Amino acid sequence: MAVETPLKGNIGESIKRKEDDRFIRGRGNYLDDIVLPGMLHMAIHRSPFAHARIKSINTDAAQAVPGVVAVVTGALLAQHKLAWMPTLSGDTQAVLATDKVRFQGQEVACVIATDPYVARDAAMLVEVDYEVLPAVVTPQQALQPDAPLIRDEKEGQTSNHIYHWEAGDKAKTDEAFAKADRVVKLDTFYPRCHPSPLETCGIVADVNSATGHATLYMTSQAPHAHRTLFAIVAGLPEQNIRIISPDIGGGFGNKVPIYPGYVVATAASLLIGKPVKWVEDRSENLISTGFARDFHMSGEMALRNDGRILGLRVKLLSDNGAFYADAQPTKFKAGLFHIVTGSYDVAAAHVEADGAYTNKAPGGVAYRCSFRVTEASYLIERLVESAALEMNLDPADIRLKNFIQPEQFPYMSATGFEYDSGNYPKAMQLALDKLGYKELRKEQAEKRKKGELMGIGVASFTEVVGAGPGKHYDIAGLRMFDSAELRVHPTGKAILKLGVKSQGQGHETTFAQIVTEELGIPAADIEVQEGDTDNTPYGLGTYASRSTPVGGAATAMVSRKLRDKAKKIAAHLLEASEADIEFDHGKFFVRGSPSKSKTIQDVAFAAYTNLPDGMEAGLEGVTYYDPPNMTYPFGTYLVVVDIDRGTGQVKVRRMVAVDDCGVRINPMVVEGQLHGGLTEGFGIAFMQLITFDEEGNCLGSNFTDYLLPTSWETPKFEMGETVTPSPHHPIGAKGVGESATVGSPAAFVNAVIDAVGHLGIRNIDMPVTSDKVWAALSEKGAAE
Amino acid sequence: MGQSITVTVNGEKKTAEVEPRLLLVHFLREKLRLTGTHIGCDTTHCGACTVLVDGTPVKSCTMLAVQADGQQVTTVEALAASGTLHPIQAAFKQEHGLQCGFCTPGMMLTSVALLQEKPDPTDDEIRWALSGNICRCTGYMNIVKAVKSAAAQMKASAAVPEAATASARS
Ligand code: FES
Ligand code: FES
Repeated sequence: MAVETPLKGNIGESIKRKEDDRFIRGRGNYLDDIVLPGMLHMAIHRSPFAHARIKSINTDAAQAVPGVVAVVTGALLAQHKLAWMPTLSGDTQAVLATDKVRFQGQEVACVIATDPYVARDAAMLVEVDYEVLPAVVTPQQALQPDAPLIRDEKEGQTSNHIYHWEAGDKAKTDEAFAKADRVVKLDTFYPRCHPSPLETCGIVADVNSATGHATLYMTSQAPHAHRTLFAIVAGLPEQNIRIISPDIGGGFGNKVPIYPGYVVATAASLLIGKPVKWVEDRSENLISTGFARDFHMSGEMALRNDGRILGLRVKLLSDNGAFYADAQPTKFKAGLFHIVTGSYDVAAAHVEADGAYTNKAPGGVAYRCSFRVTEASYLIERLVESAALEMNLDPADIRLKNFIQPEQFPYMSATGFEYDSGNYPKAMQLALDKLGYKELRKEQAEKRKKGELMGIGVASFTEVVGAGPGKHYDIAGLRMFDSAELRVHPTGKAILKLGVKSQGQGHETTFAQIVTEELGIPAADIEVQEGDTDNTPYGLGTYASRSTPVGGAATAMVSRKLRDKAKKIAAHLLEASEADIEFDHGKFFVRGSPSKSKTIQDVAFAAYTNLPDGMEAGLEGVTYYDPPNMTYPFGTYLVVVDIDRGTGQVKVRRMVAVDDCGVRINPMVVEGQLHGGLTEGFGIAFMQLITFDEEGNCLGSNFTDYLLPTSWETPKFEMGETVTPSPHHPIGAKGVGESATVGSPAAFVNAVIDAVGHLGIRNIDMPVTSDKVWAALSEKGAAE
Repeated sequence: MGQSITVTVNGEKKTAEVEPRLLLVHFLREKLRLTGTHIGCDTTHCGACTVLVDGTPVKSCTMLAVQADGQQVTTVEALAASGTLHPIQAAFKQEHGLQCGFCTPGMMLTSVALLQEKPDPTDDEIRWALSGNICRCTGYMNIVKAVKSAAAQMKASAAVPEAATASARS
């Protein structure tokens, strides 16, 4: 039997994950697992109404429950100037409501007690006298002249309008439309959904009243940025704040914002002098923390008769909820939505976006998405599908005809993005071949003759991920760089500390692999640490697929910095000139005589024991990496569906996913990320919906109503890859965590539309449930 | 107000005074500090809290601690009790059947019960058995693979003594 040599962990090797050893034993350390001596528990009393004026709050009954230590209201916070906090989009958000409640589930009062059951009992006893106001639940309603003013506390705010924002060139776009043979239009709605990581959000706040030191254990995807924001919001000196983000049970953007519960628990710990734990339950998570999407989009595409796209015009209306709290770079009011020209060479484009307040939860988080690129990708891919239908072109052909060609990179898009690299036709061809596209089209034609509904959906997405550069992209003013600190110990083992923070992506393994590739230290000898702000260099965190593009680049660069120093030490050890030293996978040798060599471990030992004269001891370094550009992962997804005309039920028969995320560090981990993303895309396309009745009651407040895909309905995926390295990333990687969620919803919906398009159906909004499909069929007289 | 219960948890008898309303999951997590059992919802949907009660997978958020009185409860912490990984644990790592790890204990315990009942399950049988356990990270494909590979592993190791006896006889 062949003995497998253990993998060292170089780039491209599917080594098994280090973090798994604790998780499979039940020895992870998630937020709710943390217990501190004397710890108290917090529960939140929330508004039952979407819009109501608070007349009075009576906490007597809650206070009287044995075990209750304190009841915190907005009035108390106001005394400490903490009743309101800034949001990530430069707005303000109520920490605890004082004047009005503005969405159902809004935080009104917090009970701190010795036991979590008691805290919940008492929270129910807080009495609030409300005067109920009419609720506004759509942005269209919100912008009516007579709509109730939601943010009446904001000086100068006279309507529910939040922002107006434009990108691209309007005049040039108008010209393109004037020249067009055809204009294809699509109005579509990307509904509100929720990331719902399996672990909800929480905090254990431990403020030492003697020293003023605050240790905050938080489910945070961005611990460093959160520390700075806490310092600013709470007025605490930043050196006294330590944020520790422990093992995180999934994030997907949900754990990027700062939530009122974090602020109140911290304030309570400060005032009471004991640690306070708050862990939200699932309903609280769904009704109050960062939702995603909720974009109403109108797209118009100008085309020539041969199917060539000349121009794109988009009007966008975003529903931002009661507080404009989108987590996004400050200069961009609708995130990176203007990547909406997608994979196509479109000479002129113009995007006009407006946002409105509604009586719904705030959020607008990038749910497995780089700041609204998901909505953009969905719109363009659906529009191209509409164009193909209208013009009787094959959906694959129209894409091939319009793709940005490989030789056009770097490509400057009409809305100002510089695409780094790509080969779109190649990825599409691979997907078509894998699927057996032509044969399936024949099968479809046969089936159609028999009246059976079968569809093939195509989506060829391009993402933009990995923000910065810092001069264009910042979060609340903080430039979007990231960092890595590497320390190689005398025995040649190393510790790598990062400014990003894994929520399941496998950083402890994949980032070690980057060091392995660059320095030759086996991945098993490298400990990766993240999440503790006292113990890691400053970084902006993990979201928008930025860990590999930015943190990964920082890791490669710091490794190279150390390699340069190691080379000098090796020259000293080998008694050669530095210029003659070569490095290959962990070995330094004199050019021309590879037998005379020193390993990285020898050199590490010498860095502490036998240095050249005048050299500083140690083999350690830190790099802050500001990327010169973003990266542009892409791919083609193909979906085959069969639709039952009697029930409207859509059955996904096959799904082929070809991704190009540049160089793959650990192919096993990359595939895992893609499987997960495809499943979330499937869920968004067919199941996941947060909606509201006209009074603003949230109708997706638990997993009975907010449906997530289980193993039973989730399709199997057939994977494929092409590799087009990013030219500006040190190891050519582009990031992959979100591609599949960005690209797949359009592929699923396009498959449905492809099956029913010949009946004249052009759009069914997500989630595409059987009742909606059946209704659409029935309207065309095609239901059974 | 407390009620005395005795539950055998991972082979050890535990006696405690508990409030009648205390959920089994809180008993395990808070009173016994067995934090491998997780909580992901409040409506019995996610399965993150799955443990085995007398060998049957049970969502411990939907059972009171007092209902477990006199029964045997197995949590993830017992799977590698002897120090070596249970084949299901090894397979989850080998096949990349986990990412954030939050669903993993529940997934593995449901799988262990399935394999006890059906040592050689089909893909569909695995998917059906796990459909009460939500995973938000993996998309299930590698979880299904892991369960199959654990099944193969368990079969192989069960077959070893037989094979050994057979060759000894010949
Ligand atoms: S926590 Fe028990 S099923 Fe979700
Ligand atoms: S691994 Fe994260 S929920 Fe399953």
